[in-house]
Amino acid sequence: MRGSPKRTLDPNMLHSEAHEPTRLTLEDVHAWYGESHVLHGVSLRIGSGQVVSLLGRNGAGKTTTLRAIMGVIGKQSGSITFDGRQLNNMPRHRIPRLGIGYVPDERGIFSSLTVDENLMLPPVVQPGGMALEEIYQLFPNLLGRGGTRGTRLSGGEQQMLSIARILRTGCNMILLDEPSEGLAPALIQQIGAAIRRLKTAGYTLLLVEQNFKFAAAISDLHYVMEEGRIVDRFTSDEVGSNLSKLNSYLGI
Amino acid sequence: MLEQIGISPTQLFGQLLLGFVNGSFYAVLSLGLAVIFGLLNIINFAHGAIYMLGAFTAWLLLHWFGVGYGAALIIAPLFLAICGILFERTLLRRLYDVDHLYGLLLTLGMALVLEGTLRWLFGSSGNPYPVPEELQGVWRLGFMVLPKYRVWVGGAALTLCLVTWLAIERTRLGAWLRAATEDPMLVQNFGINVPFLVTATFALGVALAGIAGVLAAPIYQVNAMMGSNLIIIVFAVVVIGGMGSIVGSIVTGVTLGLVEGLTKVFYPPASDIVIFVIMAIVLLVKPSGLFGKDIHS
Repeated sequence: MRGSPKRTLDPNMLHSEAHEPTRLTLEDVHAWYGESHVLHGVSLRIGSGQVVSLLGRNGAGKTTTLRAIMGVIGKQSGSITFDGRQLNNMPRHRIPRLGIGYVPDERGIFSSLTVDENLMLPPVVQPGGMALEEIYQLFPNLLGRGGTRGTRLSGGEQQMLSIARILRTGCNMILLDEPSEGLAPALIQQIGAAIRRLKTAGYTLLLVEQNFKFAAAISDLHYVMEEGRIVDRFTSDEVGSNLSKLNSYLGI
Repeated sequence: MLEQIGISPTQLFGQLLLGFVNGSFYAVLSLGLAVIFGLLNIINFAHGAIYMLGAFTAWLLLHWFGVGYGAALIIAPLFLAICGILFERTLLRRLYDVDHLYGLLLTLGMALVLEGTLRWLFGSSGNPYPVPEELQGVWRLGFMVLPKYRVWVGGAALTLCLVTWLAIERTRLGAWLRAATEDPMLVQNFGINVPFLVTATFALGVALAGIAGVLAAPIYQVNAMMGSNLIIIVFAVVVIGGMGSIVGSIVTGVTLGLVEGLTKVFYPPASDIVIFVIMAIVLLVKPSGLFGKDIHS
């Protein structure tokens, strides 16, 4: 695909490479914060079991896209479909119950809750969630920290906790907002390894990232956002031949 | 030793008991305020009026329907909680996204309407409510006389505080409530119905004030202004304890009741202002309150 950076992708071509059954589709999604129009017709498609990353600079609309999927933006238009169900106009608390887990920017660990309380906070929405033993196997750092205040954990441990609490719920479509943000390289590797294991286990992941190296190592497909629009799209095989373009998008 | 400074033990312990009973009312009321403020960000100025309605509901149940004290302890808070749910769903809910002042104005206005209506219907003189038979009489302990009903009120109020504290700090529902106090949108993103949680929390705060009103009916005269006299002190308690702190409201409530009682013994003229003097000192030294989280953390 050879789109110019300012043009929005043609939604029709999104279906051209559909090998897997579609899980999540956004079509022409617009969103507003008060008067300011922040998403300008975002369209994307995520197949079952895929890891898809949403790349872009600060303020490109990546986090807003995740929030639009969760239905928490006051004013939005366009169509969002998950497992064949239309999410628009669904009561907000029902959307996660369809199996969409959200790992927020800045981790969202609650300071007035212990590690255990943070871990057990999200209700189980469907069977198939990880047992606590599996979770501790994936994130050994969390073992034995149950009584600690959630925010006393290190940044990396908080990130693990933020992912772990979603894995308990049975959600198998997970939205991850910058899981590598502010972490030391060793911890980024550990989080990356955990995400790869989730992919092997069949989870579908939508990953928002600024750290392209991190995203490239784990994603099948990359969407690039600028100023509230999807401006480009690469499969992981196409990344090598488009590096200079990607660098200019991301300002590396 | 006490006699040497002109204070009899009977007087001292009598005032301490009175202070403890007052303090347990402060605790229950400021606890309700703290729970509501924590999740709704609304300073409920109608809290005193709800307490007054609790007492009036008990009084009316007795005089119109012959329903006694025990049943009133359950019916009054339930009835008021339902009224609270209607109030939250129809009026209060519209104000969450605007400045705190609007919530304050609405609840203060509500309090004035309720108090005015009750005064218009039943006059401003006090209506006595009898102490239930089982709780009449006193225990004589030698150094003091212990009225049974006051012991019951103190014990019941503290049990209520303890149960509420346990429910908030030790249960899953309580964890949802604490998490929603910090970040309601994120809690909603986990599939929890936050608007429902908000309604339930408001109903809980209202029910607590309602029970306090029933407990108070046999001690204080039931009248339309009984809440507004008390709520001023309760707001001082909330400021001293720290706005929104559950433990703070309980501990501060009881302690300040005792301090007030002691002041009545040692320097009676100061007893009406001692709580406000403490409030001023706390505001100077630690503006977020004794148990409040620092604004920066």
